[in-house]
Amino acid sequence: MIKIKKGIDIHLVGEAKKEMKVYEPTLYAIKPLDFIGVVPKMHVAEGDDVKVGTVLFHDKKNEGIFFTSPVSGKVKAIVRGEKRVILQVVVESDGKYEAIDFGKAEPSKLTRNEVIEKMVQSGTWTMLRQRPYSTIANPQDEPKCVVVSMFDTAPMAPDNNFIVAGKMESIKAGVEALAKLTNGKVYLNVNSSETKKALEALNFSAKNVSVNEFQGPHPAGNVSTQLNVLSPINKGETVWYTYAQNLVAIGNLFLTGNYDSNRVVAFTGSEVKEPAYYQTRIGADMSGLYSNITSENVRIISGNVLTGKKINGDNFLGFYDSQISVIPEGDHYQLFGWLAPNFKKFTSTNTMGASLCKKSRKVLDTNLNGGIRPLIMTGNFEKVFPFDIYPMQLIKACIIKDIDQMEELGIYEIDAEDFALCEVIDPSKTPIQQIIREGLELLRKEMN
Amino acid sequence: MGLRKFIDKIKPNFEEGGKLYCFHSFFDAMETFFYVPNKVTINGAHVRDAVDMKRNMIYVLIALIPCFLFGTWNIGYQHFLSHGEAATLMQNFGYGLMKILPLYIVSYVVGLGIEIIFAQVRKEEVNEGFFVTGFLIPLIMPADVPLWMLAIAVAFAVIIGKEVFGGSGMNVVNPALLARAFMFFSYPSQMSGDSIWIAEKADAYSGATPLGTLLNGGGVEQLPSMMEMFIGTIPGSVGETSKIAILLGALFLIVTGVASLRVILSTFVGAAALGLLFTAIGVSDVPFYYHYLMGGFMFGAIFMATDPVTAAQTNCGKIIYGFLIGAMAVLIRVANPGYPEGMMLAILLLNVFAPLIDYCVVAMNISKRKKRWAQAERSAK
Repeated sequence: MIKIKKGIDIHLVGEAKKEMKVYEPTLYAIKPLDFIGVVPKMHVAEGDDVKVGTVLFHDKKNEGIFFTSPVSGKVKAIVRGEKRVILQVVVESDGKYEAIDFGKAEPSKLTRNEVIEKMVQSGTWTMLRQRPYSTIANPQDEPKCVVVSMFDTAPMAPDNNFIVAGKMESIKAGVEALAKLTNGKVYLNVNSSETKKALEALNFSAKNVSVNEFQGPHPAGNVSTQLNVLSPINKGETVWYTYAQNLVAIGNLFLTGNYDSNRVVAFTGSEVKEPAYYQTRIGADMSGLYSNITSENVRIISGNVLTGKKINGDNFLGFYDSQISVIPEGDHYQLFGWLAPNFKKFTSTNTMGASLCKKSRKVLDTNLNGGIRPLIMTGNFEKVFPFDIYPMQLIKACIIKDIDQMEELGIYEIDAEDFALCEVIDPSKTPIQQIIREGLELLRKEMN
Repeated sequence: MGLRKFIDKIKPNFEEGGKLYCFHSFFDAMETFFYVPNKVTINGAHVRDAVDMKRNMIYVLIALIPCFLFGTWNIGYQHFLSHGEAATLMQNFGYGLMKILPLYIVSYVVGLGIEIIFAQVRKEEVNEGFFVTGFLIPLIMPADVPLWMLAIAVAFAVIIGKEVFGGSGMNVVNPALLARAFMFFSYPSQMSGDSIWIAEKADAYSGATPLGTLLNGGGVEQLPSMMEMFIGTIPGSVGETSKIAILLGALFLIVTGVASLRVILSTFVGAAALGLLFTAIGVSDVPFYYHYLMGGFMFGAIFMATDPVTAAQTNCGKIIYGFLIGAMAVLIRVANPGYPEGMMLAILLLNVFAPLIDYCVVAMNISKRKKRWAQAERSAK
């Protein structure tokens, strides 16, 4: 067992109860902006009929990557924003889920190229991303290893042990497929010894599979945290990664021959009447569940409260997300808030009443809790940052856009999401994730 | 709520295009003093820690209150003592207030005025950093310092020490100490010697600080008792004399985590190390713990060395930084024939070297990473 010591769990009210409901809305959307660096080239027009697995668009930058429809039905709209950027490709479901057959196969008997071909054609390939940069994996690369984080430690995160229970056959096929993609290892990282045992009992025919158990606070579930222990990324190396539900989908592609767009979503948050798990599809229109929301002034987030995107306007589940978080907006004033004990708020420090009840579950709103200031306090990021990296120095290297320093300070080993906790606890309220994201994008453009 | 309504009513005047736009930074500072603003997270993490810079800065002020109260009383106590007059607690305190309030008014009016002007020009919010600096400055001055001198020193420290580098968070040296150093080198007659540490001292009374006594060749036996130095009923800068008051503040800062325990402890260790060395080789007969009790050592270690902006930023760097401050302060005190006190110079010196210390600490991390890169490249071949 590997213990992650640094980090912090933010305990929020509104975790999903372990009961599975079915949610089948009529609208589904793939949002090209969910994929870093992708420029879509449309294959369909409004009104076209599509099946599960029909190509909706491909990436102009990398012609070999296809994005496919999660449901069967009609293309309802191609929504464009400023400068005609495509925001959403909306498909109206006919409820039949007719799927294109890509052919069943036993992945252990296929060659690497055959595995890639099948995943790319069906659109399943988009579930596999790479580090550094978190872009979709490039089939031409040879990753040094593949990592699957099978658990999520973010606030109110869905319990993957619950979600993947009973899907072990799919996981087995998925792992066999991933094992074909690399000469290095396939790491399966879990947070429970039962799941570890269940995985080890699968008897993978591939020899390069390694199952590891992690314990510890967030960000233990982040890919970078696990990689930092197992095999830190060096300059010039590439690692591919994915998550538990995507692994199941990859497995199902080989077991059934169809693109598996199923997605279990935890509908969570203090403002949800009965937080629960919903069986739905990638890109689902979540607005049908809003009747469960108890108050008016809320923020609806696709993903968790640390890294998710606000979807109040468009309502569609993000491609990689398996959680919706609904929390109150915090657009109110607080008299002498900087001196108040703030028992009901969250703090990582020992400076207020809230420090005495760090373990209790809280209802947190979106207030910034202060004004933006220069970076002044030091030494606090290190407490929530389980990497052998100097966070403050890396942030500053990104601000001044010094690529050499960014490399030397270890930017290849991390992603913006790993700085989410630093951003949360920062008394200067600096937009750290944005700074790191921009640093990574700068690097990506310089390197390619 | 009445206050909120009033602020919302007058707010449009201070916004762009309003009649009083030129005061918007001041208005903003006042508004955020009363209310944590209604700003919400726009990108990144949607929830945030309830702690903000205001709280961190105000907590340093709270930690300084015992020093302020005792120091104010001690101004009066030393004054009446030198004249041989008996005075009640309130008389001592009242006399002290009359001396120190003008210092505070000058310090804050000059300093905050400059801060607000710079914030206005830069279109930033007024930073809370000067609340602490402005509160520290009178505490590290003799009570009788001429106000015009103080005004010049504060202006110098804020403009040259801080604003030219880009404001709070960008400064190289601690602005409060810079103000003191400015006075020390510009007006030495008002800032050193035995006659300045007691307000309106009677001429016949000695009034030397413990460090002054030592510098003039006095032995340890001529110093005030350890108890007196610990309680603080001795002459000296306003805030530095009472070690009890300082330790109360230190306790608060350490429990809340606002000040770095690493810096504080390593400063004490550094002073002990050099103090012990000097007594062992016979250079000095002052026991190392006397250095804690004399002069501004403790005040500097707890309130000045821990300034997060000017201290080393890495955890390992903080330990080196603190150790060198402690050692350097004792070195200057013992080995330097010119200045009785070494703490101010030690902190300023290490402020300047803190980025170098960090650079070396980070360079070790970088070289470790590069070794790993090279190893990976070799094994790939």
